[in-house]
Amino acid sequence: MLSSLNYFGRTDSCEKWDMIRSIRACKTAAEERSVVAKECAVLRNAFKDNDQDYRHRNVAKLMFIHMLGYPTHFGQMECIKLIAAGSFPEKRIGYLGLMLLLDERQEVLMLVTNSLKNDLSHTNQFIVGLALCALGNICTAEMARDLAPEVEKLLHSSNSYIRKKAALCSVRIIRKVPDLVEYMTVPATGLLTDKHHGVLVAGVKLCTELCQANELALQHFRKHVSSMVRVLKTVVVSSYAPEYDVHGITDPFLQIRLLRLLRLLGKGDADSSDVMSDILAQVATNTEGNKNAGNAILYECVQTIMAIESIGGLRVLAVNILGRFLANRDNNIRYVALNTLVKVVSVDTLAVQRHRATIVECVKDSDVSIRRRALELVCALVNETNVKVLTKELVEYLKVSDPEFKGDLTAKISGLVQRFSPNKQWYIDQMILLMVEAGKYVTSDVTRSLVVVISNANDLHGYTVRTLYRVFQAWGGQESLGQVTVWCIGEYGEMLVNNTNEVEGEDPITVTESDAVDVVEIVLKDPRVTSTTVAFALTALLKLSSRFPECSERIKVLILEHKRSLVLELQQRAIEFGSILTKHNDIKSALVERMPVLDEATYTAKYEMGVDSQHTTTTTVTSEPHANGHVKQTNGIGKQPDATSNLMDLLSFTDTQPPSPLKSSGDALLDLLGGGGPMDAPSSLPSSGGTDMLLDLLSLDDGPSPPASTATTSLAGLLDVDPVVINSSGDLPRNGGATKGPSAAVDPFSDLAASAMAAPSPAPGIPSIVALQTSRLKITFDFTKPPGSPQMTVIKACYSNLSSNLLTDFVFQAAVPKFIQLQLDPATGGSLPAYSNNSVTQVIRLTNNMHGQKALVMKLRVSYKVNGQNVLDQGQVNNFPAGL
Amino acid sequence: MTIRFVLLVNKQGQTRLAQYYEYLTIEERRALEGEIVRKCLARPDNQCSFVEHRNYKVIYRRYASLFFLVGVDGEENELAILEFIHCVVETMDRYFGNVCELDIMFHLEKAHFMLEEMVMNGCVVETNKQNILHPIQLMDKTT
Repeated sequence: MLSSLNYFGRTDSCEKWDMIRSIRACKTAAEERSVVAKECAVLRNAFKDNDQDYRHRNVAKLMFIHMLGYPTHFGQMECIKLIAAGSFPEKRIGYLGLMLLLDERQEVLMLVTNSLKNDLSHTNQFIVGLALCALGNICTAEMARDLAPEVEKLLHSSNSYIRKKAALCSVRIIRKVPDLVEYMTVPATGLLTDKHHGVLVAGVKLCTELCQANELALQHFRKHVSSMVRVLKTVVVSSYAPEYDVHGITDPFLQIRLLRLLRLLGKGDADSSDVMSDILAQVATNTEGNKNAGNAILYECVQTIMAIESIGGLRVLAVNILGRFLANRDNNIRYVALNTLVKVVSVDTLAVQRHRATIVECVKDSDVSIRRRALELVCALVNETNVKVLTKELVEYLKVSDPEFKGDLTAKISGLVQRFSPNKQWYIDQMILLMVEAGKYVTSDVTRSLVVVISNANDLHGYTVRTLYRVFQAWGGQESLGQVTVWCIGEYGEMLVNNTNEVEGEDPITVTESDAVDVVEIVLKDPRVTSTTVAFALTALLKLSSRFPECSERIKVLILEHKRSLVLELQQRAIEFGSILTKHNDIKSALVERMPVLDEATYTAKYEMGVDSQHTTTTTVTSEPHANGHVKQTNGIGKQPDATSNLMDLLSFTDTQPPSPLKSSGDALLDLLGGGGPMDAPSSLPSSGGTDMLLDLLSLDDGPSPPASTATTSLAGLLDVDPVVINSSGDLPRNGGATKGPSAAVDPFSDLAASAMAAPSPAPGIPSIVALQTSRLKITFDFTKPPGSPQMTVIKACYSNLSSNLLTDFVFQAAVPKFIQLQLDPATGGSLPAYSNNSVTQVIRLTNNMHGQKALVMKLRVSYKVNGQNVLDQGQVNNFPAGL
Repeated sequence: MTIRFVLLVNKQGQTRLAQYYEYLTIEERRALEGEIVRKCLARPDNQCSFVEHRNYKVIYRRYASLFFLVGVDGEENELAILEFIHCVVETMDRYFGNVCELDIMFHLEKAHFMLEEMVMNGCVVETNKQNILHPIQLMDKTT
């Protein structure tokens, strides 16, 4: 080791070696840190003293410290000084430091541009090489633009050492500045005929990069496929070439690069594919597969054959190679085989299916890398015909797989089962099995969709709840299994007891009502489960209390045990359910009716928000808003009640929703927001559609309680809907609304406000809406109905500028479906001053020819200029109050 | 389709050479090296030489007490990278004569010079040992 002389001379090296030795001798990390800190201090001082003689030695030390993972930014300037120095060894270290210690984000880099420029035209080829290498590793877009002409010139250099480096440097340049693709295309083409392998490797890489960057370049290089084929042929058939020989194969790196470029060119182009098919066949048949280098080439070749528009025979060849790979004992080869098969599966599924058994075996390999690849492949292979077999295999394996792999595996299996299940019973069976085997890895999304499926499978309710009951006997605390079981027992408990809906081949079981309650109690009292599951159990108990009247006393005790729960949610449920059980027995049975069938489509759209409120609300009878709201909540699958999610739910109502007694949701909302408010008020309001209800809600709070009105404020914030009734002055909502003139129409109680203002609106019940809101602009619609013509609606659009800039050339456009007629009056002005509220208004008259059948809907387009720039905003209004 | 980093690590997991071809902060590097090294060193010899980590694929190979790890993106030919690692080792062997951990530690810059000749901007540029070592030997001779 010491025999190799260091060009710094002995003394320099000795000191550096001393440092390395002392660092190596450190026993602990703390010791190492203190040695490094000391060394850094010495180096800082040396840098400060501008010590020139030892600068390169110091930078070399710094690189060692950097490698250990300590900050070394203070040495960056030294590198730049070294680069500017004259001697080659200094430059050498300087450039190395530049590449290691600096990165393209450092501003210091700007300073080297000039040195680089000088060095690129240096007479010494090694100095030019250094500059190219540095530029290729760290150049910024700016530097790339500045130095591209120099680099391009070097692509034509007579020196192969420089040409190859210039080629790879160009790769970086076009990545940084894609405009330069065209500029580089022609010189890059020239490199393809080079004799030197290093230049060829780099040149092919450059061409590949150009093809990826630009379609035109791709077209250009397609014309040169034959010359690339020729190069490849020369390499393949060449006899022993000692300079680039790897175990009897000539330059595998070049072959691989060429194959890759050919892949890019042949993809989607039959002519090019045709030109290259001979050589591909030759590579595929003649390359020896007994050494790694040969396999690397075969691997690349197979990928190319499968990607281009190749003929069947060639594909067969490729698939056979993959089959050989898959059977190989070397794990590396098996890994790449699986990796390629994943890509091939979309091209030729049948060929891959043939190896299914081997692939499934690979899922059980001891090597996690291979397992992951194989699993991905198996999932790609599954279809309706083999899903049963493959799922069985995978579930079998799940039992023995190591924990870190179970999460992935579970997710994949549940995805497959969901996608390909031949029937619902099988789906339910598999999911139950999955929850038994890997319950803690089953995510809440999966259990939620399972519940949706169960609820839709009317004839399987009994079967499901009995199966769950049976597997639950060996419950090991799996969260998902517990949740689904208690949910099903809550919903279909009576089917468990009276064995209804028996499926063929099902073993009969005898379960008493108290057995069923036992299950829920076990879950309720299990210390392992989370509060969400306990909440499930509480709801199930409430439901069971009406299904099993004999157990109701026991259930009441169980529920009330949670009255003192530290979890607010559970406490609330316990108290509310308790009050339903004790005080409201007359409505209980209606409240806890079976959940309506969950709509799968709606579920998929909104599964994140728990159960859809409209389902519950359409069936539950509304007489006690308080409790009702919470039943809705607790039916939610695995989601804590969450005011916003319910609000979202409400907001997402569309006009097509049935206008059934949705009011209760609103009550739930109020309830959630803590507005103790007027309990009786809602019932006095006319029932209305979804959107309307929301606004009802906003105006509801006009009641006397101040807390209620603050609740509305926060609600309004959440909804991003201008509540209109609330203005910034902090007045009581009623007054705030009144000051806005016609918009006071929003307030259903405005007539109670008596003399305050004579509301001109003949339809006091129609609230205003926000039709469009952007960061700059807000458009609100106020509605009036001309008496005597229910089809007509007059909208007063008010435009508010929310920004600090003047908006000019303001144009509002609207479009409506055919059944509506639209008449747009001119706006009161064309520009909106900064922060102006409703400064411009415009009247829109709509006639709804399908009044009573279809609700209004409108598309908006607004264009204006701000700071001289044109802005276009678009939006759709489908939150029109119902009844227009 | 590029090499993202080249790491040399000893059996104890200490980094002996690190070359990155993309920007990572010191903290990110330390974390990444720790995770990857732990993963790779824990694997028995009979398992394959590829480990997927975050968005990298790490190809590693062990030579006595030294591990060579190369991080690439998903599109790279794994077997070719293995061959490349072997080429790096052979080149170092030729220069140092039966290369060992200490040679690389004490001649870190030389090891970097070799790597620089072989890889640029994450792409393999030269695999001929004579071509790689020529500039380095020339420099040694003149001093």
